[in-house]
Amino acid sequence: MSVAVDVLRKLEETWEPPAPARHFFTTVDHKVIGKRYLVTSFVFFVLAGLEAVAMRTQLIEPENSFVGPSTYNQLFTMHGVTMIFLFVTPMLSGFGNYVVPLMIGARDMAFPRLNAFSYWVYVLSGIYIYSSFLFAIAPNCGWFCYAPLSEKLATPDRNVDFYSLGLMFLTISTTVGAVNFIVTIFKLRAPGMSLNRLPLFCWAQLATQLSAIFALPALTVANLFQELDRKFDFRFFQPAHGGDTVLYQHLFWIFGHPDVYIIFLPAVGIVSTVIPTFSQRPIVGYTWMALATMATAFVGFGVWVHHMFATGLPQITMAFFSAASLLITIPSGVQIFGWCATAVTGRPILRTPMLFVLGFVVVFVIGGVTGVMFAAIPFDQQVTDSYFVVAHFHYVLFGGAVMPIFAGLYYWFPKLTGRMYNELLGQISFWLIFVGLNMTFFPMHIAGLLGMPRRVYTYLPGLGWDVYNLLSSIGAYVLAAGVAVVAVNLIVSRRSGVAAGDNPFNANTLEWTTSSPPPHYNFAVLPTVRSANPAWDRLDRAEDGARLERGELVLVDGHQALATTVNEAEGDRVLEMPSESPWPLALAFAIGLVFTAVLVDHYATAAILGLLVLASLVGWHVQKPWHHERA
Amino acid sequence: MRPASPALLLAVLVLAGCGGRQSTLRTDTAPAGRIERLWWVMFAGSAVVCAVVFVLVLVAVLRARGTRAPSQEDGRGARGLMLFGGAVAPLVVLVALFVLILRSLPSTAQPRPGSASLRIDVVGHDWFWEIRYPDQHVTTANEIHIPAGETVEVHVSTGDVIHSLWVPGLNRKIDTIPAHDNRVLIDARSPGVFRGQCAEFCGLEHAKMGLLVFVDRPDEFRRWLAGQEKPAAGAGGRGVEAFDLYGCSGCHTIRGTAARGRIGPDLTHLASRTTLAAASIPNRRGYLAGWILDPQHVKPGNRMPGSDVNGPDLQVLLDYLGSLR
Repeated sequence: MSVAVDVLRKLEETWEPPAPARHFFTTVDHKVIGKRYLVTSFVFFVLAGLEAVAMRTQLIEPENSFVGPSTYNQLFTMHGVTMIFLFVTPMLSGFGNYVVPLMIGARDMAFPRLNAFSYWVYVLSGIYIYSSFLFAIAPNCGWFCYAPLSEKLATPDRNVDFYSLGLMFLTISTTVGAVNFIVTIFKLRAPGMSLNRLPLFCWAQLATQLSAIFALPALTVANLFQELDRKFDFRFFQPAHGGDTVLYQHLFWIFGHPDVYIIFLPAVGIVSTVIPTFSQRPIVGYTWMALATMATAFVGFGVWVHHMFATGLPQITMAFFSAASLLITIPSGVQIFGWCATAVTGRPILRTPMLFVLGFVVVFVIGGVTGVMFAAIPFDQQVTDSYFVVAHFHYVLFGGAVMPIFAGLYYWFPKLTGRMYNELLGQISFWLIFVGLNMTFFPMHIAGLLGMPRRVYTYLPGLGWDVYNLLSSIGAYVLAAGVAVVAVNLIVSRRSGVAAGDNPFNANTLEWTTSSPPPHYNFAVLPTVRSANPAWDRLDRAEDGARLERGELVLVDGHQALATTVNEAEGDRVLEMPSESPWPLALAFAIGLVFTAVLVDHYATAAILGLLVLASLVGWHVQKPWHHERA
Repeated sequence: MRPASPALLLAVLVLAGCGGRQSTLRTDTAPAGRIERLWWVMFAGSAVVCAVVFVLVLVAVLRARGTRAPSQEDGRGARGLMLFGGAVAPLVVLVALFVLILRSLPSTAQPRPGSASLRIDVVGHDWFWEIRYPDQHVTTANEIHIPAGETVEVHVSTGDVIHSLWVPGLNRKIDTIPAHDNRVLIDARSPGVFRGQCAEFCGLEHAKMGLLVFVDRPDEFRRWLAGQEKPAAGAGGRGVEAFDLYGCSGCHTIRGTAARGRIGPDLTHLASRTTLAAASIPNRRGYLAGWILDPQHVKPGNRMPGSDVNGPDLQVLLDYLGSLR
């Protein structure tokens, strides 16, 4: 007994954060950073949602004049940029940040300072991009910002610069985040959690982050070429001088299509986590599910040309990419039927997270079958850039990513806060969102088939589109109401929800074996894992408790974590983890200043500010990993 | 689960007569018809796939009320469902679909240059369509005439950014890529009018970049083309002067006069067209007057500046433009 008390006291002393005022800027705790990601990205979600509501209000009737073309074009561009880059990806990073270390029984991410840096860059780049609204020159060229519309000749103002520089800035965050996740999942797993026992949520994160590492450079190159063209007249995309605009499209979509899976796969990971918990059985076909996740990420790199079927490419090229686009359906099919098989052979408990997940399956199948249609080249050539596409990808992204995100918010809310959400409000929010999203996006299929192109700020009456647009607009308001109920539920329950306990849903993964919310050090004893459902292995967990009494696997001699081998997760060595540091914020801020100077064409200033970047890197480097200070 | 039923909504759609002249589901050519059939085949297949999954979800929901203990092993049934439903069955369906795709591919392929007797060049501009019949030296804007029962080869290009020519009733869309020569064939069978619209975002007024395609009887078409080949007749005199005085000729061409501007649409036979501002408003005297005085009201951001034409001169200008048949 006295050993356990002593261990807990030491851990508490070692991992306790300093005074809040300082902690706010210097924390590297993955739980704090994870929560920040979740909250910040939810704010961006609300902004992008309001942009969508404004657009739907403009389109509620033909020739409406709620907003003009200039505003509308900024709205749809920022809606896309925000949802993809500033909401979904960071939101899923937030889940990853909070959940992955807990799920694999680790004490933090592999590179805690890098993690803090990643968050600060994200939030600063978001502010950077959004500051364009202050000058009424928000990006207005669509989320893929094709050349030559993005060239100075067609868009002389800085709209495009906010876009390309902002994304280059943001990409730093996503890239270092990806490295961090990969190393964490490979090296910091609890002893015994061999790769074939890795939770599917972590497989999904792994697949996602590997995709990100290979996909993002193409985006950065596209953005860089665009800026070189705009600022220094490099002419990459100016055909009159030997450039080629199709090159931009290739670069963009080599990133852009894998990015669909970067968005979708972590959401799939949430689904594979929620379904077994609320079916009270292990997932069916674990190995197949893990393989399907990795296969999707891999094949996802071979389908980008289906975004370009109308550009006049050779038939043989298109046939190849058509086949690949059909093929990628198979891993998704395996997963859908795997989830269904799990639910059907289990005994589903229809609480809010499960409702969102079952709703996801329904919506995602519709998005999936229309996705297959785009592999049919002639059909794609007919409906691409029409509202049919808008309908399709909202079924995939709202259905495939946002529904699981809501499931995840409800699911992990008790773990994050120690309190339960309100079940009745949760169910109400599900039905509002489910009905609202179908009402918003289903009619868009029909509008598209009737010939309505996308990215139009208005349309003429008499083309048969009016009623479908009216339905979509009403649906958008219902959807917005549903999101508001989610927000109210979570905000109110955080203070007044009933106490949750460690594992309120009897879930199977390790994060539920520690307290809610978890202590700063996550686990007093690093858990030893012997199956893919460790939280259900009561004997193993009792064994962990006994180790605490004996003071084994507790790592109390400093800010320590255990590194394990990549494949079998056998103990490798004890790592000294960094703690509080001001340098991640300083570095992120310095890089932000450089990007700002470049934005306004002050290159000398940018070079001087580059020295600040260098200084922050030096400061980061010389700071010792851990220095124990008491406030 | 109560998903919005696709079959139901599509039934509503069919009853509503499949919408207007811009629909992909009311076609009149071999390629567009082929795409339409492809859609209905894929729609039917999709409906089956969705139904299977919806039933599974429904079974799961019903199972929630049962009392059976959840199975803890992957039974043969569960794994069989996953692999057959998720991999084997889709593979068979997708191979069949791929064969269908390959067989339909030639219908929308780019034709070799010179594969049809009549050639039309369509040039996208911010934000209107320049239409040329190169062999006849005819230039017009936003309204294409083609003969029924004949095949026409359309070459698309651009004067600025990427646009996309899309007339759903006649064929697939085709992007206008700078420095690329993209082509489609159109083989309309019977007379009628089809509407189209730019389908690639091209800036501020992308929404108001429409066009009309008139499929004429062959004899009508020849008459129309012969009329377009002639220089402007018109009343001339004061109208021509006003056109010059208010700067119109800086941007617009009227063949047979001194007006040779290349920025806006060719107006040589303006009165033979049915719409203005890229198929955005009707070509009637009142609309034309409004357009001349305040084009930024109709189409904010377009390249045409407003003008302070006085009342009498406006009437002269309208008379003149109305005479350009």
